[in-house]
Amino acid sequence: MKRIVNFWRILVAALQEIFDEAAYARFLSRNMVAPSGEAYADFRREFEEAKVHRPKCC
Amino acid sequence: MLHGMNKPFAILGWGSVGLLGAAAVGVVAVHRGEPINALWLVAAATCCYALAYRFYSRWIAAKILALDGLRATPAECLENGRDFIVTNKWVVFGHHFAAIAGPGPLVGPVLAAQFGYLPGTMWVLAGAVFAGCVQDFVILLFSVRRDGKSLTEMAKDEIGIIGGVVAYVAVIAILIILLGVAALIVVNALKSSPWGTFTIAMTMPIALLMGVYLRRIRPGKVLEVSALGFVLVLAAIWGGQYVSQNAMLAGVFTLSAPTLAILIMVYGFAASAVPVWLLLAPRDYLSTFVKLGTIALLGVGIVALHPTLHMPALTRFVDGTGPVFAGKIFPFAFITIACGAISGFHALISSGTTPKLIARETETRMVGYGAMMAESAVAVMAVVAACVMQPGIYFAINSPAGIVGEAPSAAAATISSWGFPVTAADMQALAHAVGEQTLYNRTGGAPAFAIGMASIFSHSLGGETLMALWYHFALMFEALFILTVLDAGTRVARFMVQDALGHVYAPFGRTSWYPSILATSALIVAAWGYFLWQGVKDPLGGINSLWPLFGISNQLLATVALCVATTIIIKMHRAKYAVVTLAPLAWLVAVTFTASWHKVFDPNPRVGFLAQARALAAGPVNGATSRLIFNNRLDAAVTGILIAMVTLVLAESLRQWMGILNGSKEARVKESPFVRTRLAEEQG
Repeated sequence: MKRIVNFWRILVAALQEIFDEAAYARFLSRNMVAPSGEAYADFRREFEEAKVHRPKCC
Repeated sequence: MLHGMNKPFAILGWGSVGLLGAAAVGVVAVHRGEPINALWLVAAATCCYALAYRFYSRWIAAKILALDGLRATPAECLENGRDFIVTNKWVVFGHHFAAIAGPGPLVGPVLAAQFGYLPGTMWVLAGAVFAGCVQDFVILLFSVRRDGKSLTEMAKDEIGIIGGVVAYVAVIAILIILLGVAALIVVNALKSSPWGTFTIAMTMPIALLMGVYLRRIRPGKVLEVSALGFVLVLAAIWGGQYVSQNAMLAGVFTLSAPTLAILIMVYGFAASAVPVWLLLAPRDYLSTFVKLGTIALLGVGIVALHPTLHMPALTRFVDGTGPVFAGKIFPFAFITIACGAISGFHALISSGTTPKLIARETETRMVGYGAMMAESAVAVMAVVAACVMQPGIYFAINSPAGIVGEAPSAAAATISSWGFPVTAADMQALAHAVGEQTLYNRTGGAPAFAIGMASIFSHSLGGETLMALWYHFALMFEALFILTVLDAGTRVARFMVQDALGHVYAPFGRTSWYPSILATSALIVAAWGYFLWQGVKDPLGGINSLWPLFGISNQLLATVALCVATTIIIKMHRAKYAVVTLAPLAWLVAVTFTASWHKVFDPNPRVGFLAQARALAAGPVNGATSRLIFNNRLDAAVTGILIAMVTLVLAESLRQWMGILNGSKEARVKESPFVRTRLAEEQG
């Protein structure tokens, strides 16, 4: 049972990292702001600036 | 290597894996005549990956790289909560796999299936475990030991300024060619397909809705909104059939190849130049959601349904006369399949985001070597999807009209005369079953993959009635996937050009200066748009010239990455083990240089760019043929420039290696200083 819980936890964490939910959580914690539409827009702006460095494979 | 009390069990277990793998590879390699089951490919791949990971990658990690679990990584030393973040190894694995898995491992094996299932399968397995996985692993580790430096920075530091400049130019070149050929695949998949075009068009308003949801309703809940977007996309696929049956709507969404090409160029420019995160970010998430889901579904589907492969192990086209692309099995099979075996592009990701997330050096093996094995498994699935079709149908879909003729009866007769029987009635029935007007001349690999995937699933889930839905789901999956590569790639290339131009005129380097954004976006879109237009207007379908060009540039980038890796290994005083990177490097040099020579100088006009230009010039010349002649000469020049640049890197690397080995040069790697990790103590 413990293994299943651990597997589920890691799967969710991986999905949150792939889908940038974890990055948003870190943004909120770094800037000490509560989640909101404005905060998300600020996060996206910062994220898009950084994203131009990141290629995606063919 | 087998330690501990369980040694006899380990020997027995790994011995069994070895025997099963040998048997499966044997069946795949020597079986002739009767169709074989896809499970043999699955068994061969699984055993090869298991053995390679357990023994080869572990040996590399221990003997050559000496992975040190006590050495702090940049994620720990430079942790900033933004780029450098200590992350769980499985999370990094997922992140890395999602970044390296693009349309390449699906399209390349489908195109290479014209040689039969054997060459593609063997290259995907051997190429991955001995070349691609090794490249991704060592480049990731070397980047981790250099504070997450990029491939171009490492090339400059370890080989010299020439290495850095060539790596930089090669990256831009590969991006432009990749974007041109990727756009061509979408055009060929959607041309004259109102259902497919409608589905892809609907992803725009769906993405906008997702953007509004993320901004106004549940900020940041990306997984939730991606699942919602996925349901809406499924609804769009289902609705597409009614669009294709309605005369007026079908007329609106039936677009020619040139019209689609122009629309895609406009889209690419807008995606790069306009701050449209509201549209692009949700589409990117939706694409990733569909990609991961579909790959998992296809994997489960192939294992559970274990379809039969109808394509022979080897076809008559190993002699170089294939209709999908011209050229012999060597070297063309090895540049056609890049991403599933070895891809230089992966070196950019292994020295990009991933090294900044790795918590412990020892995890680079699982992430670098392991994720590439998963990518290779995706390529094996693509081989299966292409080879479950009757060969006649495969060739009818993938052969350009310039080879088999425009008329269905003529095309069917030509393909049947090659020994792959197919009738116009078969093709018409299949087109009808998947809701298309025609399936002839749908080059590029995406439609063939979609048919293969649809036929695998429709045999059990929904039967023939769901064939059209499965087909359009697969088509949507690939087109959506490629469009996100297009917009992300255009922005990455734009940024790199801005960076370079910033050294000439400082404001050009500012990513917020609008004249620079507009000018560089236009430049990049014009560059890949030119290749796209060239492909759309090519009577041989475009793929014949563009995909090899893409393969050559991608493998040349891998050559640069392996030069960097070999240089570092020699500098680490591990020259006696350098064969681990030297062998794939030598193979890639042989493959890419031979392929380039053929593409430029081969006297066969279907293979050589210059021969085709000469053949066109010998006939009646008008505006269209003048353009084709120019395009062929341009492609020859691009190939020549790429080869010349990589020759420079090879020569410079050789000079370094010889200098170090004969003692005239100091063997000093440019690693970050050793810092002991705190994570080991924290974790006990």
